[in-house]
Amino acid sequence: MKRMIASVLFSWAVATGVAGANDQKELDAVGKARAVALAAELRCLVCQNQTIADSHAELAVDLRRQIHVQIAGGKSDAEIVDFMVTRYGDFVLYRPPFKATTAFLWLGPALFVLVGVIVLLRFLRTRRTRAQSDVPLTEAQRKMAAELLAGATPRESQ
Amino acid sequence: MTKFLLPLGGFIAIFAFLFIGLGLNPREVPSPFIGKAAPTFELGNLHRPDSRFGTQDMAGKVWLLNVWASWCVACRDEHPLLVDLAKQDTIPIVGLNYKDKQDQALAWLKQFGNPYRVAVMDADGRIGIDFGVYGVPETFLIDKKGIIRFKHIGPITKKAWEEKMLPLVRELQKS
Amino acid sequence: MIPEIGQFALILALLLSIVQGVLPLAGAARGNPVWMGVARPASRGQFLFVALAFGCLAYSFVTNDFSVLNVANNSNSGLPVPYRFAATWGSHEGSMLLWVFMLTGWSAAVSIASRSLPEEMVARVLGVMGLIGTGFLLFMLLTSNPFDRLFPAAQDGRDMNPLLQDPGMVIHPPMLYMGYVGFSVAFSFAIAALLGGKLDSTWARWSRPWTTLAWCFLTIGIMLGSWWAYYELGWGGWWFWDPVENASFMPWIVGTALIHSLAVTERRGAFKSWTVLLAITAFSLSLLGTFLVRSGVLTSVHAFATDPKRGVFILIFLAIVTGGSLVLFAVRAPKVGLGGKFEIVSRESLLLGNNVLLAAACGSVLLGTLYPLFLDALQLGKISVGPPYFDSVFAPLMAPAIFLMGVGPLARWKEARIPDLAMRLRWAAVIAVVSAILVPLIAGEWTLMKSFGYLLAFWVFAASLTSIRERLLVGTQLEWSRLGQLPRGYWGMIAAHVGIGVFIIGVTTVKSYEVERDVRMDIGDTVAVGGYDLKFEGTEEVAGPNYSAARGTVVVSRNGKAVRTLHPEKRFYPVQQSTMTEAAIDSGLFGDLYVSLGEPVGDRAWSVRVYSKPFITWIWGGCVLMALGGFLALTDRRYRASLAQRSALPAHAASPS
Repeated sequence: MKRMIASVLFSWAVATGVAGANDQKELDAVGKARAVALAAELRCLVCQNQTIADSHAELAVDLRRQIHVQIAGGKSDAEIVDFMVTRYGDFVLYRPPFKATTAFLWLGPALFVLVGVIVLLRFLRTRRTRAQSDVPLTEAQRKMAAELLAGATPRESQ
Repeated sequence: MTKFLLPLGGFIAIFAFLFIGLGLNPREVPSPFIGKAAPTFELGNLHRPDSRFGTQDMAGKVWLLNVWASWCVACRDEHPLLVDLAKQDTIPIVGLNYKDKQDQALAWLKQFGNPYRVAVMDADGRIGIDFGVYGVPETFLIDKKGIIRFKHIGPITKKAWEEKMLPLVRELQKS
Repeated sequence: MIPEIGQFALILALLLSIVQGVLPLAGAARGNPVWMGVARPASRGQFLFVALAFGCLAYSFVTNDFSVLNVANNSNSGLPVPYRFAATWGSHEGSMLLWVFMLTGWSAAVSIASRSLPEEMVARVLGVMGLIGTGFLLFMLLTSNPFDRLFPAAQDGRDMNPLLQDPGMVIHPPMLYMGYVGFSVAFSFAIAALLGGKLDSTWARWSRPWTTLAWCFLTIGIMLGSWWAYYELGWGGWWFWDPVENASFMPWIVGTALIHSLAVTERRGAFKSWTVLLAITAFSLSLLGTFLVRSGVLTSVHAFATDPKRGVFILIFLAIVTGGSLVLFAVRAPKVGLGGKFEIVSRESLLLGNNVLLAAACGSVLLGTLYPLFLDALQLGKISVGPPYFDSVFAPLMAPAIFLMGVGPLARWKEARIPDLAMRLRWAAVIAVVSAILVPLIAGEWTLMKSFGYLLAFWVFAASLTSIRERLLVGTQLEWSRLGQLPRGYWGMIAAHVGIGVFIIGVTTVKSYEVERDVRMDIGDTVAVGGYDLKFEGTEEVAGPNYSAARGTVVVSRNGKAVRTLHPEKRFYPVQQSTMTEAAIDSGLFGDLYVSLGEPVGDRAWSVRVYSKPFITWIWGGCVLMALGGFLALTDRRYRASLAQRSALPAHAASPS
């Protein structure tokens, strides 16, 4: 994330150099860090797939300047993100907001692990009992097993 | 054993999405403004910089806001169509001259014709950001109440105008 | 003339691939040895013809034949010869040719190194590979012919993308494709086993070295891509979770799972259907990656010029290959036996547990990559899923997998006991925890995130040492002479696992301690970064073979003594009208000093970005160790022995070294 610091600062230098826009206040360290973090989570719309921190595109430069101006103006991170979303939609957010349509996106990974672990444990348990047929059984066990397995297809094992 | 069919099922689902995906354009971002009030602005007139023009001047009219610039090559593609629309007086068009220089913009209009009722200067692109402009040209259709009804990204083609925009314009003008 | 020869060679290769795909498979089904015997010569012939086509294209590039559309679009007479050669695979068409070249190469290699295999198996494996080749050759000839002519010929070419004009980028695609395509061998073995109904540990033994080899190439390929992004894009980043990067990472994750699953299947005859499924998935994900990169359904920084027609073709091909094999899987897998018995806690179950985590991780990457497409297709809006999502999802999935990685090698096959494992690993755990607390404290501020990264890394190191120590232990005595007797397969595993640890150290340290300075520097200005003073001494104009550059001079000194001079460049490539940032990097074992030029500010001053990136080389070093581990495992005695048996090589092949 921090690699974005450079890009943001850099673009300001260009912006001031080119446009001569001197209306920008220097930000303190906290403000700079916030600007960097915000720029790294926003997508540049004109680029193929880059954050506005990474991009050289003019729109990205403008939006970085917007972030700067708004932070200097005392806006909170949430307000700045709102500003972007009202103009460009959720598309600008590289960290999609959690809502009904993105629930599966955010919960999916946990769900995969959960289902995976449950299936794994059940598999391990049933497998152990099924693979028991490896071991020589006593007559009584054999009978019991046959009763238990009645209906189920007997499985070969090596 | 149905569980052995699960991977196939998963694949078919993904396949279906990929197939639909082929027909989609991942780069086209719908505007979140459709159905919402257009951002207001008041900007200097391109031809007479000391006079200001604002969105309230268009209240009660159905109008197009066309974002353009002299450095924008694609703008030349749609320009003849806009000039035609202006000649036929189909709909008033306001030009938002985006991140441009006044002399270059004026020269450009002289060369290719001026379809705009009013052209305003958005030199630093701030109003463009308010409208969520990310590529030029972009065109917004705004109704009598100042609500954005449609957004076209890229040069307006004859087909897009006749099939998508013109019917909507007629409908809005009636109401 | 030469391009026509290439084109003709491709057509002949296509015909041969059809023969290779049909006759041996039919022969294996009917027990016809003559038809089966066609497989080997056909695959070698196909390789020769594709190699010829590749040579023709390379020749056209090197000799600047701008009457070939592909050359005119992707090369230029001003391009240095090595890059002209590399431009052969710089375009979509050329890279497809490289892909097929490697596919037929793998296929020919299988035909040579399969003498000890039953004829039926060889016929089926090569047959499946022939069919894959048919698909790709058809794709090339129908939608992406690299030999299309341009009339009239262009005066000069439009040049290679300057981003690709770089030594790292020259070898990155071949390595990556070797990996992607290499999984086709594992895939073909799996399909052959399903077709023949012989899904046993012999099958696993045969496909294991091929899979390992492909995995090694893929590891190197991904590493090179990341390294290239680091020094060529000028931001100092090394992984962006871009769809194209994910497309190469997903087969790698599944391939990693496959390597481990194959080990169990070979040793214990277990997880057979799971292993087959992984083999099918690994190759399918390689194909999916091809589709994503070349169809334009997702936006990516690295995508090729896209064409929906190509997308449709690859998608249909994907449906046939993956759909067909999954149908076959659904029909045949239920009849597969269970294999050896093992307890709920055992090396088998731990490996399977790790497989589940890797599969979940791959599933998550796939989910994040395709989710924007899902929503768009369902008309639920457009969203973007980027690094913040993947970063927050991936690390928690990998952490337990890395914990298990430490335990697995110490667990016994069939049955392990948790108290026993805990006893044996208690010192490893103590070392890991103590190091995790101490390292961040010594380096400065302590945070939980830093500590967690180091905990995982030191856990891997300490657990690996514990494993080696136990192998050397005779009674209570360490027997150092045993060090040389441990099999190379074992050392390979240790190297790969330690590689993961090294990788984690690199990632954690860079994320925690990197320093950036972005400064406007006039001649004579200095900036202090990471204990060094960097003095900017201005820029000069230099001319490259096909670019002009502003070349900066930055003198690096420590404690007042100059230690190095760096030359970051800003290059301008006139043909493509693009500007490239060529960073200057003072690379070292414990960190890089990274300097890149921004833009000129004023007359002589520049905006200069300076980064101190501690331990960043460990990221790639870790990848190299992983790949080396794979190669080491391949030279294990059992493979050499079987090779010696087969080809009656001299006895030294089996001697311990």
